[in-house]
Amino acid sequence: MTSTTSAPPAQQPKSRPGDRIFAGSAKGAGILILVILAGVALFLISESVPALTASADEISGDGGLASYIGPLVFGTLLSAVIALLVATPLAVAIALFITFYAPRKLAAGLGYVVDLLAAIPSIVYGFWGIFWLAPRLVPFYRWLEENLGFLPFFAGPVSSTGRTMLTIGLVLAVMILPIVSAISREVFSQVPTLHTEAALALGATRWEMIKIAVIPYGKSGVIGGSMLGLGRALGETMAVAIILSGSAAGITWALISSANPQTIAANIALQFPESTGLAVNTLIASGLALFVITLLVNMLARWVVNRRADFSGAN
Amino acid sequence: MSTSTQQSSAGPDTSASSPNPLGGHEKQAPWVPWAVFGAAAVLALGIGLLTSWNIVLFVIYTVVLGTLGTYVLSRVTEGPRKAVDRLVTCLVISAFGIAMVPLVSLVYEVVRRGAERFDGEFFTASLQGIIGPGGGAYHALMGTLIITLLTTLISVPIGLMTAIYLVEYGSGRLKRSITFLVDVMTGIPSIVAGLFAYALFVLIFGPGVRLGIMGAVALSVLMIPVIVRSAEEVLKLVPNELREAAYALGVPKWRTILKVVIPTAIAGLATGVTLAIARVIGETAPLLITVGITNALNFNPFDGRMATLPVYAYYQLTQPGVPPENAIDRAWTAALVLIMLVMGLNVVARLISRLFAPKTSR
Repeated sequence: MTSTTSAPPAQQPKSRPGDRIFAGSAKGAGILILVILAGVALFLISESVPALTASADEISGDGGLASYIGPLVFGTLLSAVIALLVATPLAVAIALFITFYAPRKLAAGLGYVVDLLAAIPSIVYGFWGIFWLAPRLVPFYRWLEENLGFLPFFAGPVSSTGRTMLTIGLVLAVMILPIVSAISREVFSQVPTLHTEAALALGATRWEMIKIAVIPYGKSGVIGGSMLGLGRALGETMAVAIILSGSAAGITWALISSANPQTIAANIALQFPESTGLAVNTLIASGLALFVITLLVNMLARWVVNRRADFSGAN
Repeated sequence: MSTSTQQSSAGPDTSASSPNPLGGHEKQAPWVPWAVFGAAAVLALGIGLLTSWNIVLFVIYTVVLGTLGTYVLSRVTEGPRKAVDRLVTCLVISAFGIAMVPLVSLVYEVVRRGAERFDGEFFTASLQGIIGPGGGAYHALMGTLIITLLTTLISVPIGLMTAIYLVEYGSGRLKRSITFLVDVMTGIPSIVAGLFAYALFVLIFGPGVRLGIMGAVALSVLMIPVIVRSAEEVLKLVPNELREAAYALGVPKWRTILKVVIPTAIAGLATGVTLAIARVIGETAPLLITVGITNALNFNPFDGRMATLPVYAYYQLTQPGVPPENAIDRAWTAALVLIMLVMGLNVVARLISRLFAPKTSR
């Protein structure tokens, strides 16, 4: 009886104006996030409409918008996939090292050192890539061409500066290494101790324990993490812009020659400051393509990671 | 293959399949792998002296030979299972070593080349009227500080209020969709954020516009989700007992949040904001297309182009003029200052979280 009438006092605080203003502005800020994200899509679309509707011969190059953006999309995907192929095994190994191999006292410090890689600005990676890494890779590329030149990837002639697609892939791999390894580390550290100890108690070596207890548990988390890394690599701008400036060669599979496809983000950074009129709209249209690609990759990655979170929430 | 069968039969009869899978073989002494790697280093030295000496090849030969040696030795003396385990251990440690190569070489290279122009003039002079040697990045440093400050002023209230909404008020579909979209927003490429700010301001000011505030808007798109994420985590850690105690005393909810929840979480919030600043202060691409570059000092973010440190470094490197050395030296020093800023902010964030951590564990 009395329990039903005790509701009104709980209602009372809601009538205070301070509460209403505060709650309203908090909700407003949340909704503003939705508005901003919608705004990003909307403004990009509205500014790329002139390029989308323009006739083919008005767009720079020949063949219209699709043939302008096509090679850029190819270059973006190619560089990001190379980065992913290099970074994922390395990041998983690093995560395993920090979680299961490194001495307990050192583990947190080592993790912090790997995370430092994420703190370095993208442009500094560009500096490092062009002055330190690229020249040192040239002999290695020569060797690749001599011994594996029959593959289309390593077809000559080798770039004499080392500023090639493969260099970009390696630099991007270093840049996404921290995020992939951070997420893998988090997943590995959540593996139930019962599973790992049970494996060890059955006489498994450390590697067998990892193989039968850790990898099955952490697989989807690692996949999600590497897809987040992929999203990062797709959008990387400055490092690519510095290392690949001035070589736009359309669609080619050659990774170590001096003619390389450009990526969307780097192309925008290189062309935008000097562009006017329809060229700007064309660049924004290519930016819209990049936005859509990264949005899809990130949503998929989040979905994979969150699905795993639902699983592990139970224990 | 053999591992799985041994796993399944490990319970009842371990000694049936192989002589004695666990205890039969001699266990290697802890110094054996080190000795193997030492021998590998000597061997690699020999190969290096016979062909062409190269420190990189020496390290690679040592690691490869050492790993192979450890594997073979362990396979002979300890059996295949132990051998695979040792092989993986070697691989995993090498992977960590490989990851350290870029970090160490990058920091070393930037410090070595950046030290050249790390002098007083770099921090006090602009580039106005400078051809050849001299000149500095005072204007770019100021631009970076002003734009980062504006970005923080825009992002912190929005990000903090959103986090408060998600933790204290939010429920149902709106909360879920905001959480998801904040995650998505974290993945927006920085150049797309720049294009967004450009497209937004073009509608107001017409094409070709370049303003400092545009850069701040672009960076805010990148900074807000970082702040929301970190603030949300921190606010969730505030114990519910504190809130309930405040409600029991008749304190309204908004005052509870302002006077109880936020002061409890302030260290974590400050850490999050500092890390978010560190995240955007090195961003180049959005500033390149929204703020542009100038050689003169400009303190007004609402009037014309401004110089910023990353964009300054980019243009000094890619358009150095003649002779190029002076500008390239300036570019490296700018990169050094940038790294010092980012690392410094990271250290400050760690200090804040360590020194001002809430004392709730009593």
